[in-house]
Formats: sequence, structure tokens, C-alpha cells
Amino acid sequence: MTGVTDIRAQIDALPGLDPRAPLLHVEDLHVEFRTRDGVAKAVNGASFHLSAGETLAILGESGCGKSVTAQAVMGILDTPPAHITNGTVRYRGVDLLGLSEQERRKVRANRIAMIFQDALSALNPVYTVGFQLGELFRKHRGLSRKDAKRRAVESLDQVRIPAAGQRINDYPHQFSGGMRQRVMIAMALALDPEVLIADEPTTALDVTVQAQIMRLLAELQRQRTMGLILITHDMGVVADVADRVSVMYAGKVVEEAPVYDIYGRPAHPYTQALLASIPRLDLKGRPLNVIRGLPPALTDIPSGCAFHPRCGYAREICRQEQPPAYRIAPHRESRCHFIREVLGV
Amino acid sequence: MSDASDLVLETRNLVKHFPITQGVVFKSKVGAVRAVDGVDLQLRRGETLGIVGESGCGKSTLAKLLVSLEKPTSGEVIVRGENMARLSGQSLRRARRNIQMVLQDPYTSLNPRMTVGDIIGEPFAVHPDAVPRAGRARAVQELLDLVGLNPDHVNRYPHQFSGGQRQRIGIARALALRPEIIVCDEPVSALDVSIQGQVINLLESLQHELGLSYIFIAHDLSVVRHISDRVAVMYLGKIVESGYHLAIYEQPTHPYTQALLSAVPVPDPRLRGRRDLIELEGDVPSPADPPSGCRFRTRCWKAQPYCADHEPLLQIRQRSPHPSACHYAEIRDVIRY
Amino acid sequence: MSDMNALAAETPAPPSPAGRKSRSLAADAWHDLRRSKIFWAALVIIVVVLLMAIWPSLFTSADPHDCVLSRRHRGASGGAIFGYDYQGCDVYAKTVYGARYSILVGVCSVLLAGVIGLTVGLAAGYFGGWLDALLSRFVDVMLGVPFLLGAIVLGKRLAAEPGNSNGVLAVTLTLGILGWTTGARVMRSSVIEAKNQDYVAAARMVGAGPARLIFRHVLPNAMAPFTVVLTILLGINIASEATLSFLGVGLKGDAVSWGISISEATGYVRVAPGPLIWPSVFLAATVLAFIMLGDAVRDAFDPKLR
Repeated sequence: MTGVTDIRAQIDALPGLDPRAPLLHVEDLHVEFRTRDGVAKAVNGASFHLSAGETLAILGESGCGKSVTAQAVMGILDTPPAHITNGTVRYRGVDLLGLSEQERRKVRANRIAMIFQDALSALNPVYTVGFQLGELFRKHRGLSRKDAKRRAVESLDQVRIPAAGQRINDYPHQFSGGMRQRVMIAMALALDPEVLIADEPTTALDVTVQAQIMRLLAELQRQRTMGLILITHDMGVVADVADRVSVMYAGKVVEEAPVYDIYGRPAHPYTQALLASIPRLDLKGRPLNVIRGLPPALTDIPSGCAFHPRCGYAREICRQEQPPAYRIAPHRESRCHFIREVLGV
Repeated sequence: MSDASDLVLETRNLVKHFPITQGVVFKSKVGAVRAVDGVDLQLRRGETLGIVGESGCGKSTLAKLLVSLEKPTSGEVIVRGENMARLSGQSLRRARRNIQMVLQDPYTSLNPRMTVGDIIGEPFAVHPDAVPRAGRARAVQELLDLVGLNPDHVNRYPHQFSGGQRQRIGIARALALRPEIIVCDEPVSALDVSIQGQVINLLESLQHELGLSYIFIAHDLSVVRHISDRVAVMYLGKIVESGYHLAIYEQPTHPYTQALLSAVPVPDPRLRGRRDLIELEGDVPSPADPPSGCRFRTRCWKAQPYCADHEPLLQIRQRSPHPSACHYAEIRDVIRY
Repeated sequence: MSDMNALAAETPAPPSPAGRKSRSLAADAWHDLRRSKIFWAALVIIVVVLLMAIWPSLFTSADPHDCVLSRRHRGASGGAIFGYDYQGCDVYAKTVYGARYSILVGVCSVLLAGVIGLTVGLAAGYFGGWLDALLSRFVDVMLGVPFLLGAIVLGKRLAAEPGNSNGVLAVTLTLGILGWTTGARVMRSSVIEAKNQDYVAAARMVGAGPARLIFRHVLPNAMAPFTVVLTILLGINIASEATLSFLGVGLKGDAVSWGISISEATGYVRVAPGPLIWPSVFLAATVLAFIMLGDAVRDAFDPKLR
């Protein structure tokens, strides 16, 4: 059992670690991809924080930088082409970006874990699920083969896979889509992380299975008072599970607010337009509200406020100046020059 | 209600079984995937019929059967009084002009090596009598204009367009032969929310302008509700419930429809925890070996021994004012959003 | 119509990279090729080698058959800038004159193999079913035949045909008949991939017939891996011609080719490396030029890379 104390102690001994500091604090994160065809600015100043037991949803459309942000926090971006050009990612006060790769790996497995949209490609197809789970316990917890297997069964049990004792001998492709997602959740949670980042965890699944998985995630989170970052484009899922929401557009968090405020009184034109574009019963027989134009190419982000070419509130200043983050209320920020108009005050 | 002369498309007991074979040279049939297993549909002029269901329910195979991309194992697809399933060669080619399809993935449905002009003009090349040669370039530009793209972009390649624009190109291609019916197979599910609305609005305005009838297949229930006049719910190759959109969404009587609707997350945090979420157990059974009797009974909370022996027909029942394939059909108020 | 106009106002298409007006695919490809250094380099090498093959006397006035044993392995002198080989022949002259048969055999055998491979691969992949089963098993059988054994048997048989004085036709046929299998396999799999694409379904839906589906949709999108196989095969075949000639089933009489020169010189590489190195350099440069040309053309015809 020496492995256990070792790795945990090593993490606790990281310079600057303060158990009272915020669980996760990302500030002014910039990531760009340098390719032959130019520089794509995927993340342009993302800031957010997460406390224990809280669910933060990062909401945005494809290409808004939400997945890249998550990968930067996890430290799984490939450099090159990706380069983190600015910003900090602090876990309990430790700047993760300043750690060595080895130290990061320890934090990654034991404190911050991640699940992906495509469970099939995230699991190794040539090993049984039991072996892959057991390996985690052997490597990081120094358990014996037998104990590791017992823990593997427990893990599958916890994500409510029926007949876990037998199913640990199955290969990933033998599981259905929903069950595979459960396996991936089991693997991510095996080492009791404090933060779980879920990147579009249910996008590939059917609605009935999606409901099962989201319910499971919420329950596991409650049991463990774990911080959950849910990355998604689905406004229904966000409304169902999130405590707070960060809305991203063109690599920036344009609005951050508690979930009730986001849906009740959005403070950024983009959030407002996104919500308005959801098909509603009272719009039946009439055209849907749309956001005109296209999301910008990351190689060519508009000047000033990136949303201005598509925004109904836009004026000259929006073309020229990037709006700062205006604080509307505690825990509520919006990057728009015309917040008052947007809020109608 | 409209009379029978308004009927533009009808299917009768449509069946598609894909054989499961063994062996390479000498294949022997060892079973069949019952992808579509007895579907009756009716589509009227100017109407949109939505078809919803989860992956593996057979809705995409149904779409392919409707546009004759697959030959049915048995049953009929009747367009303008002609059974498409029986046609071949020249007569099939002519009949295809009445029914076209918009495909799901705007990235794979356009040939990357052809210009947009060639893609939209291909129907004219295949049917030279549709538009005289001299008028084709103009016809292509008019189509581009009709779907809201710049007519000067005929010489561009698909990869120079965004996903939403590509889907417009696909719609223009489907419109080229002036069909009466368009089958839309998940036309917006690959698009971002902000772009989905643009394409849905385009489809609706084209319908009004050109008098089109749509079969709209999707898994997104709120999009289907928005665009459809009537809705059919599919499960394991069969339609389990059908009716006017309000009947399906407000007064579902089949347990599967109820579970499906209850699982859709509602974009309103105030309803959190107050919704009546019906959580289904287990997975969809394999269509190669569907359960006896009612196919939903293995996951149904209402199932009785009777369900295993007697297959419920899709019909109006005592407690279901619209057709429902459940012995114990009963209205249940699931959600309102 | 009002909301239609609002829709049209959406969507400024991304400008095409060069900001130019597009033409046909071929015209676009030529536009790109003209700016490609690799394309021009490859073209220059190929043109030079082709000139050598057609008019060798443009490059040398010496006779490759004018061999004097007393000059054996002598160094460069006068017109013989590459020196002399073990029989006292002018290496430069032999290399120049060798281009003809090397190129002829290489290009023609690849064309033959290409035609067979394309047809078989396309038929098997596109039509599938029992035809695919039959053709694929036939390809397996062909791949099972050891190359040298097959070449000796086939080459001997073909060489016995009348009207085959120098062996060029026999070697070309042998290499073509034995070399198409890899191409056919590659073609089959890329045809299967291409024919299952949505755009093929879309074309079927508007009523396009098999010819249109194959030549407009499937083939153009399935050619890329096949052309790579062919350019590699060109190098292999030019070298194989040498092996066959060495075994006596290749070129006959006083024919000269790079392959023959290389195989003759290998025995004396310690004494005189020149006669081995020079034809090898020409062979390598030619093969490389064809590979580079194939690459450049393939990229130019791929609209996605533009």
C-alpha cells in the first residue's frame, strides 16, 4: 500500500498547494494552434472557477473553444500545434501550467479526470474493461492483482452496470453506447478525483440513454462532492444539471451567471439569441428566431467584440473596442458594451 | 381533414429485412435484421410528417425505402398512384423526380471534386428533358438564389462553404427536379443550434412557396414538433404511435412515446426536479432478434404476460383517441414546454 | 418571401484562398501545378529522360556497343565522362542508351498493370457480390505465385512467341501481368469506401446510372491511393526488368538498359563503383521524378487541399 500514500503525498506536497484555495481557477487562458495555414486562436482569454460539489456548464457552439479549454486544463493538448500563450490554471492554488509533465500526470489521474463524447475511442479496444480499470488501481494505488480486480468490479457496480462481476471480462466493443459511457465514467472516477470534466458526454447518445447518464453523473457528483465541469452545446442538459453557466463565443467567456439568471435574464446578446433560437411551442407555424451569419473562423476573429457582426445591439464601439467583463451582480459577468439595453433596464 | 385525392405518398405494410449471412464465396443466410417491419404511412399535399425514434429504430432505412435507395423486402411505396418498389430502369428514373431527399451529413453528401454548379446541375444532366441545355446554368443559379446562397458561387467547391451553407446546397439539389415530396433525413442534426434555425426556416418557407410535402426524420423532438403537422413514433422497425403533433406531444398514449418525451431535457431550470422523468431500463433489443408480441415490452413498466403473446396493432383505442400500438394505451401528461 | 431575403443576407461565403474566380477542376489544377516547384523539377527530369529514350544521339556521339576490353574499368576520359565498365564499354553512352528500354518497359508495364488493376479493382469493389468474391480470390491466387517463378515461366513462354526479337514485349507483358494485383486490391478497397459515401447515394437518388456514378463520383474519389501504388510500381518494374534480364528471360541480344548495366556492374563494385553508381542514379532520379509528378498532380486535383 506504499504507492497510495506516496502519490497522494506527492501531490499534497506540490509547491503552493493550499487546501483552502479554490478547487479550480482558470484565468485569462489563451491557446492558439500554429499551423501551416496560419494561427487559429482557439481560446482568447477564458476565465472561470469551480468549487467542490458544484456543476459549471461551459456552453457554446462548435469551434467556440470549449473543448480546447478543457484539454488545456487537463494538460492533454499536443504542442505543437497547440500553444498556451497566456493565463493560469490553478488547482487548489497550484499553477498546473508550471508543473513538470510527470507532476501533471499525477494530478491528472488522481485529482482531475475527464470523460469524452466518444467512449469507444477513449477505451483501448484490445484489453478487457476489467484489465483497464484494474491497471489504474495497480499503478496508482499499488494494489495487488486480486484487490485491483475487486475494486474494478466495485467501480462498475457504482456506475450501475448490471452483472459487473462478469462484465469486467468483456471488451469495450461488447458494451452498448450507454454502457460504454458508464465504463468511461467508472474509469474517470476510479481514483476519486476532485474535479471531473465531461466533454459532451451524452451528445452521441439517444435521449433516453442521455437521461440515464446525466442522472448517474449528478448522483455520483453529489455522493463525492466533486466539482463537475460540463461542456456541452445542449441548453436542455445545462438547464437540468448546472449550478452556474459560462457561455463561450469565439474563444472567450462572454457571460457567466448562475443557471437561473442565464435562462431567466440573459445579460449577453449571444446568450439571449441562443435561447431565443430554441424551438418553442408558441413559435409553431412561425419562423424560428435565428442568429444571422456564421460563427467566425478562428483564424480571422472580428475586431472589437467578436459577436458584433451577428449582433442586433451592435454599434460602432463594438467594432472597435473589446468589451470588458462587466460585473452585474456577485457571480455574474457579461462582456457587452450595452448590458443595460440587453437587460432592459 | 383532406380527402384521398390529396394523398401524395402512401406506404402499405412496408418491410425491409437485411439478411445476415455467413461465408465468403458461398453465402448462407443465418438470420435477418428486421430494420423496417410493416410500416403504413400516408402523406398529404403540403403536409409535414415527422418521424421520430432513437438510433436503430429503422427510421433511416425507412427514408431510403421511400426514395428507392433500398428495395423493400415486401410492401408498397405508392407515389402518385405508382408503386415505386416495382419500378426499375427508365420508369424508376422518371418516378424519382417526384420524391427527393435531403441527407443528414452536409460534409459527406456533396462530392468534394465537383463544383456547386455541377452538383446542383447533376439532376438536369441525368434528366435532360427537365430543363433545356441552354437554360441549365440559369436554372442552377436560380436554385442557389432560392436557398439563399450567392448565385455567383457556382464555381466553388463544397469545402469552401460552411455546414449550414452545404445543407442549403443539398436542399437546392433536392429541389432541382421540382419534386412534390422531400424526405429530410436528420437534415439539421449535424448543425449548430444557431444554424439549425436558419435551415428549418428555409425548409418551411420553401414548403409554403412551392407546395412541398415533407417527411421529416429526426431524433430531436423539439425540432420535429416545430415543423411537423403529424408525427409518427418508431421503435424497433414499427410505428408505435401516430397522430397530429398536439396529440403526440400533449397526450401521448404509448409508454415508449411517454418515456421518450419525458427524457428530453427542458431548457428551463425552473422545471428541474419537477418533471416526471420516466427512466427506461436496459437497452434497445437487437432488431435481429426482436421480442415476441409487443416489441417494447422488455423495457415497459406496464408490460403484462399478455404483451408477450399478442402483438398490439397500431389503431385507435378506447383510451387513445389517435392510433397507438399498446394494449394498455392511456393518456399520460408528461411535460409541457 | 420577406424572411427568405433575410436568409439570403446571411452567409458571406468564406473567400476562396487566392481570391480568384474558380474554373473547371482541370483548369484549377493547372493553375496550381504551374506554381509548384516540385512539379516543374519532376517534369524537367522526365522530359530529359524521355529525350534520352527517343534520341539518345542528342546526348552522346559514342556507341554503347563499341567496347574494347583494354579499356576495362578505366576512369573518365574525353567523351566517356563516367569512365568504362568491365567490358570496356562507355558507361555514359550505355546509360544514355539504356534509358529507352528502361523507360519503355517501365512505363508500358505499369500502364498495363494499371489498366488490369483498375478494371479488376473497380469491378470487384463497385459491383461486389459473387463477382467480388471471384475476383478477390483470383487476386489472392496471383499474389501467392512467387514473383520470380511466375516471371521465369511466363517470360520463357512469351519470349517464344514469334516477333519477339529483343524481348521488350515479353518483359513488358510479364511485368504487367504479374504486377497488377496490389493495385487491384488498393483500388477495390477505395472504391468500396467511395461508393458508400452519401454523395453517391444522392446521385443515385436523382436517377444517375452506373456509368455516371462510376466515372463522376466513385473513380475520381478513389484514384489517389491507386496512383501512389502505380508510381511505386514504376520503380519496382524498372528494377525488375534488370532481374529478369539477368535471369535470361528479359531483354536479349545486345539490348542495353539501366537494369542490365546495374546487374552487370554489381560483381565489380569494389574495383569500379562508377558503372554501378551512374545507371543507379539515373534510375533513382527517374523513379523519384515520376513519384513527385504523381504526388503533385494528385494534390492539384484534390479540391480540399486548395
